[in-house]
Amino acid sequence: MTTNPPPDLAPPRPAATTSPSPDVPAKISVRGLSFHYGAQQALFDNSLDIPAGRVTAIIGPSGCGKSTHIRVYNRIFELYRDQRATGEVWLDGENILAPGVDVIELRRRVGMIFQKPTPFPLTVYENLAYGLRLHYRVKGAELDDRIESALRAAALWDEVKDKLHRSGSALSGGQQQRLCIARAIAVEPEVLLMDEPTSAIDPVATSRIEELIVELKASYTIVIVTHNMQQAARLSDDTAFFYQGRIVEFGSTTDLFTNPRQKQTEDYITGRFG
Amino acid sequence: MSRSEPRGGTAAEAAVPSAGGLPRRAHGRAPLVAEGLFRTAALSSAAVVLVVMAGLLAVLVYRSRLSIDRFGWSFLWSAAWDPVRDNFGAASSIFGTLAATAIAMAIAVPLSLVIALFLVEVAPPRLARPVGYGIELLAAIPSIIYGMWGLFVLAPLMADHVQPVLQRFLGRLPLFSGPPMGIGILTAGLVLALMVLPFITAVARDVFALVPAVMKEAGYGLGATTWEVARKVTVGYGMKGLIGGVFLGLGRAIGETMAVTFVIGNDHRISASLFASGNSIASTLANEFTEASEPVYLSALVELGLILFVVTLVVQVLAQLWLARLGRRAGSVS
Repeated sequence: MTTNPPPDLAPPRPAATTSPSPDVPAKISVRGLSFHYGAQQALFDNSLDIPAGRVTAIIGPSGCGKSTHIRVYNRIFELYRDQRATGEVWLDGENILAPGVDVIELRRRVGMIFQKPTPFPLTVYENLAYGLRLHYRVKGAELDDRIESALRAAALWDEVKDKLHRSGSALSGGQQQRLCIARAIAVEPEVLLMDEPTSAIDPVATSRIEELIVELKASYTIVIVTHNMQQAARLSDDTAFFYQGRIVEFGSTTDLFTNPRQKQTEDYITGRFG
Repeated sequence: MSRSEPRGGTAAEAAVPSAGGLPRRAHGRAPLVAEGLFRTAALSSAAVVLVVMAGLLAVLVYRSRLSIDRFGWSFLWSAAWDPVRDNFGAASSIFGTLAATAIAMAIAVPLSLVIALFLVEVAPPRLARPVGYGIELLAAIPSIIYGMWGLFVLAPLMADHVQPVLQRFLGRLPLFSGPPMGIGILTAGLVLALMVLPFITAVARDVFALVPAVMKEAGYGLGATTWEVARKVTVGYGMKGLIGGVFLGLGRAIGETMAVTFVIGNDHRISASLFASGNSIASTLANEFTEASEPVYLSALVELGLILFVVTLVVQVLAQLWLARLGRRAGSVS
């Protein structure tokens, strides 16, 4: 396992798009990341620093590479034969794209929430126990405790405490998504990747999940991909605007939305395209 | 018909103008008549299935009345099969059918699941495709070929190599006692396993392939390995379809005739040993119909057929009940 610091973290690469807030340490540092689906290139030389303990939003029009970008952080793209990433992604000083990285441990540290809720075909309880048992020797009362605290952290406990042994797929869409968040945080991750987590959820359930994301910020570094600019503005501290596989602009959310530096960003956030 | 004339319409109909400029079609009663015909045809086609089922059952009961009158319920548990004294019982046939089917399912179900998981989750497409075709080809082989292969290839192999080894290590169990003759319940079970394997595998493969990619990603995203994802997520998600596939195989194994007749030994007895010869309902019917000279003999054979019919029906009903229960537990309408 390599523990060298990212070679160009200090001093940071002088690219304007790299780091929105130099005073906050970077949890994830992306350097020169390119991505291919077969022969087609989807990401071009992405570099940015995801600040620790904050919410970073990734916005941009459909097909701009937002999801592709975060799917590198937990190496989930590797499930598909024709997908290939080059460059470096440093997580706490370890290049996770280097050979020999423990992918299972990486995925414990970097959890992922998907566009559609993905409860496993198991009970609510077993949905959480599944992840816990993958990584810990835990059973009995201790397992119960861990499951309860994860469900509490995901603001779901009061709604499901009487349905723990019912199927997870019997919950409502919003509850299912919070179940998936509970399942992800049960294994004590450091980073949560959320790939349009509310796009399949009704507005009321969406606002509950947004409240939850704000609460979770205290404990986790969160990267959220969203096509909803209001959501990005409401939730995030920093925002990256992607266009055609490139990072056009990355800065504090307030700056990016009120005073975009790039013409393309301005056009997008004012709704002129996308 | 000239091009300018509207199809099937009269000049008067075509003359009615319409918003889009197309000639309007006069509806009249024709669509309603067609709808009525369609409904009647659909209903009667569906009814034919039930009528045929009821007819089969009626004929089987009627033709086995001699045997039912003479032996009553004891036909079900009597192991006698004595054509000379006209004394018949179904127990050995029922036992042989169930034993061979149980062996077949015990081997075929886990093997099919592993093969299907391999094809969907592990194998590169370059390998998965030819193996998949091969398995579908296995399903297309006529059962008599399986029977001949079982008799001429598998049975000697069992007698010379497999059964002596089993006997050497597990011979103290009654299951593996007796002379290793090759033919018998165990060999019949093996041939049946091979025959139902492609059916269960094909269904399982299709079921696994239908599991949404994002469900698997959610499993991998938690740090699960391929096996861990397959075991809980993929299999769990496809459970309904899998049960359907297993019962499809089970139905085939219970009723399979030719292949079993070749290798089961056709002996009316119940033995604790899997090496021993036995018979199944279907094999007995295939073997003895031509010999059944006495009315009672013939009637007893028909009653065997009735039992097979009922057993198959019960298996299907159980499958439906199981699926319904699974559906309720999942709490989803699907």
